[in-house]
Amino acid sequence: MKAHEIAALLDEPACGHNKKSKSGCAKPKPGATDGGCAFDGAQIALLPVADVAHIVHGPIACAGSSWDNRGTRSSGADLYRIGMTTDMNEPDIVMGRGEKRLFHAIKEAVQRYSPPAVFVYNTCVPALIGDDVEAVCRAAQECVGVPVVPIDAAGFYGTKNLGNRIAGDAMMRHVVGTRDPEPIPPAAERPDIRVRSINLIGEYNIAGEFWHVLPLLDELGLRVLCTLSGDARFRHVQTMHRAEVSMVVCSKAMLNVARGLEERYRIPWFEGSFYGITDTSQALRDFAVCLEDADLATRTEALIAREEARANATLARWRPQLEGKRVLLYTGGVKSWSVVSALQDLGMQVVATGTKKSTEEDKARIRELMGDDVKMLDGASPKILIETINEYGADLLIAGGRNMYTALKARIPFLDINQERDFGYAGYSGMEELARQIAATINSPVWQRVRSPLPWGEDGVAA
Amino acid sequence: MSEARRRTKALSVSPVKTSQTSGAAHAFMGIRGATPLMHGSQGCTAFSKVFFVRHFREPVPLQTTAMDQVSAVMGADDNLVEAVRVICEKHQPELVGVVTTGLAEIQGSDLRSGLARFRTEHPECADTAVVLVSSPDFSGCFQSGFALAVAAMVQALVPPTEGAEVAAPKRVNVLCGAGLTPGDLDFISESIESFGLEPMLLPDLGTSLDGHLDDALFSPLTTGRQSVARVRQMGASRATLVVGESMAVAADLLKQRTGVVDHRFGHLLGLSEVDRWFQTLSRISGQPVGARWQRQRSQYLDALLDTHFALSTARLAVAGDADVLLGLNRLFADVGSEVVAAVVPARSPGLEGIRRHGLQVGDLEDLESMARSERAQLLITNSHGVESARRLDLPLLRCGFPLYDTLGGFRRCWLGYQGSQQALFDAANLVLAEHVEIGAYRSVYEPLGDSASEPLAAQDRP
Repeated sequence: MKAHEIAALLDEPACGHNKKSKSGCAKPKPGATDGGCAFDGAQIALLPVADVAHIVHGPIACAGSSWDNRGTRSSGADLYRIGMTTDMNEPDIVMGRGEKRLFHAIKEAVQRYSPPAVFVYNTCVPALIGDDVEAVCRAAQECVGVPVVPIDAAGFYGTKNLGNRIAGDAMMRHVVGTRDPEPIPPAAERPDIRVRSINLIGEYNIAGEFWHVLPLLDELGLRVLCTLSGDARFRHVQTMHRAEVSMVVCSKAMLNVARGLEERYRIPWFEGSFYGITDTSQALRDFAVCLEDADLATRTEALIAREEARANATLARWRPQLEGKRVLLYTGGVKSWSVVSALQDLGMQVVATGTKKSTEEDKARIRELMGDDVKMLDGASPKILIETINEYGADLLIAGGRNMYTALKARIPFLDINQERDFGYAGYSGMEELARQIAATINSPVWQRVRSPLPWGEDGVAA
Repeated sequence: MSEARRRTKALSVSPVKTSQTSGAAHAFMGIRGATPLMHGSQGCTAFSKVFFVRHFREPVPLQTTAMDQVSAVMGADDNLVEAVRVICEKHQPELVGVVTTGLAEIQGSDLRSGLARFRTEHPECADTAVVLVSSPDFSGCFQSGFALAVAAMVQALVPPTEGAEVAAPKRVNVLCGAGLTPGDLDFISESIESFGLEPMLLPDLGTSLDGHLDDALFSPLTTGRQSVARVRQMGASRATLVVGESMAVAADLLKQRTGVVDHRFGHLLGLSEVDRWFQTLSRISGQPVGARWQRQRSQYLDALLDTHFALSTARLAVAGDADVLLGLNRLFADVGSEVVAAVVPARSPGLEGIRRHGLQVGDLEDLESMARSERAQLLITNSHGVESARRLDLPLLRCGFPLYDTLGGFRRCWLGYQGSQQALFDAANLVLAEHVEIGAYRSVYEPLGDSASEPLAAQDRP
């Protein structure tokens, strides 16, 4: 990928970060950087497309350390769970056989697994030696007869965030708009309901949590043409241009897809979240607003009233255990404010929140939700996290799995909010799971055990 | 309810109880050169022996007085005298442990007069100690029989020496309850030795039934380190450590006879009990708790953190003898799991301490029904629990006696920081493997033609 192409991807007019010098897409700082690379971001964004053969072109480390991502779930197809890589070896690199190997790899993948499409992820080594992955993909596509999509995402291009955008960009360029949706099955037609088509961008179906939400969308007559990319199929991605509205779920990362769909196909979009009762209801309302559908709005309000009543009744059981507990929220990909409202729905108090990836707009929203004295952490080392927890008397750290052992070693209760987790928190039903998990860790007796002093003196002798 | 609910059924289904007689016989296997002798019909011994052999995968010496129809009615003293004589003649044991079955007790067999007659008639056998235990299978359970036998050994072998000087200041007695495996006993010995102390285990199954290959091709008698002669010297020890609530009576007796100070523990599972164990050893010896144990302690604490996600809300169903059950209860309390169903085979000491509505004297059928109604997630019991687990569709963590369908289970070390840690890991892994996923859902708007080739995934076990 050429430098100007990367610059173009980094320039995302729809993103609030664009106006600030420091942003999630800023250059990584040698010696003081964590988080994944562009390849990581691209693969994570697209791997949930479950029926595609995902081939990583490069030496083993890229695929070897990342295949079989267990966070996302599929309702059927499971080819995405099979790791595929060209596993380039020294002779491939020295002799320039990488392209040939890739070509044959694509052929083998299609012969053995008959996928509807192949995604080829370029990585650092072939990018550096100049393998022409696009050309190989074009040639292979002619040969194998299914779409072969190049995703040029060498790690050194930039951060995970950029990788997400590269992924979105590849979908916009090569996949979206290449097929029309199938007609609605007659059995699903309801005479009094006009079916509206929607996209969800950045919904990854972690732990299957989107299945808490999808039945509600069905009930409202909102047909999800594609989630990019939880439980998606290749054919779904192809039809995204036919949606009437897109929702960008909890992530700035693939804003370029939403903006592209708007520019090219005049599909309006909004940002929302399915975490927490308040936000889930808001997201459902926003569909009706964007679609300017009064009937949908009425039905949505009825559904919200029913679901909120049910969720509140369930949560009443947990609230006494959680009420007033203090939380430090340090989120990665998930928008800080969306989880804040979920926690407030549970009666908890967020005393500090990470804003490393938040825009000015997000920060304003956070202040609105949490008041002016909220502590905002613009990027934090484990040490700062622990100090903040102590300073603010937090009972719980909610963060990505990367910070889990930081918290545990500091004897601080922790809840994993990242994509590797096993529990789904989305939608009204997900709230109960969130409450249950928080209560389980906060009220666990292990904290008292691990914080108690040694039962003997410094010298090991019992008094 | 502050104590175990009594049995409520006439019929015991899938019993979790092993007989008191077997327990008593088992205790003698921890003394070198001994033969346990069951006073009863030969079947009592045969069944019991099969149990032991399957559990330990070792030959196990166990004899019978072989009461028949005539002796059952007319009196079996002759059988007793004859059995002890034959054993002495054939194997010259140091000890014969006579344990009664229900049959002998109901018949009214008088062991004392039988033994007196044996001594009179067979002075040539005077070197062999004979210990008598009344251990009918119609009361108690495995651990109570074991405890009775230990108390009987103390009574018969340890001479009264109250007020005597501590002749062996480095030596500590350990009264070991029935629930301790050879691996547990290794932990007990090693931890004591690490403080420069010398352990004296009664009984010591850790050196007899630990599954080792000997130079001797076959031994008709029990093997191991603990001898009758050593047991006689227990009064000279510095202190007595008691492991297992069931050992209380034997401990009282030993203290009363010897005046040796004792320290009592439950099964050494979970933080507080293991801490107390090492504190006590440090106090007795004046030595520091070794770096090895301190490190294991910090590893245990870390395991608490790592496993609490899976176990904090885990609901457990546990069946087994009370010492083990109490230990597991303490262990899992560390990590916040709830024992929602607990079954013990008989009323036992220490159970008063458990505040559990789900505690019952009963069988595996009771455990099953409680586990079902209480929505337990993990079953912990002996190998008999396999079928219960299958019926309940729950994972099983094998623990207790007998363990006949798993290799090495008999010598697993459950005690100490390390044993406790492993038990948490195993339980957590079993719970995690059962993690129930959110059910897959496919939109009604998904064209059927497309999804027909893609059956809806079962998401229960990824």
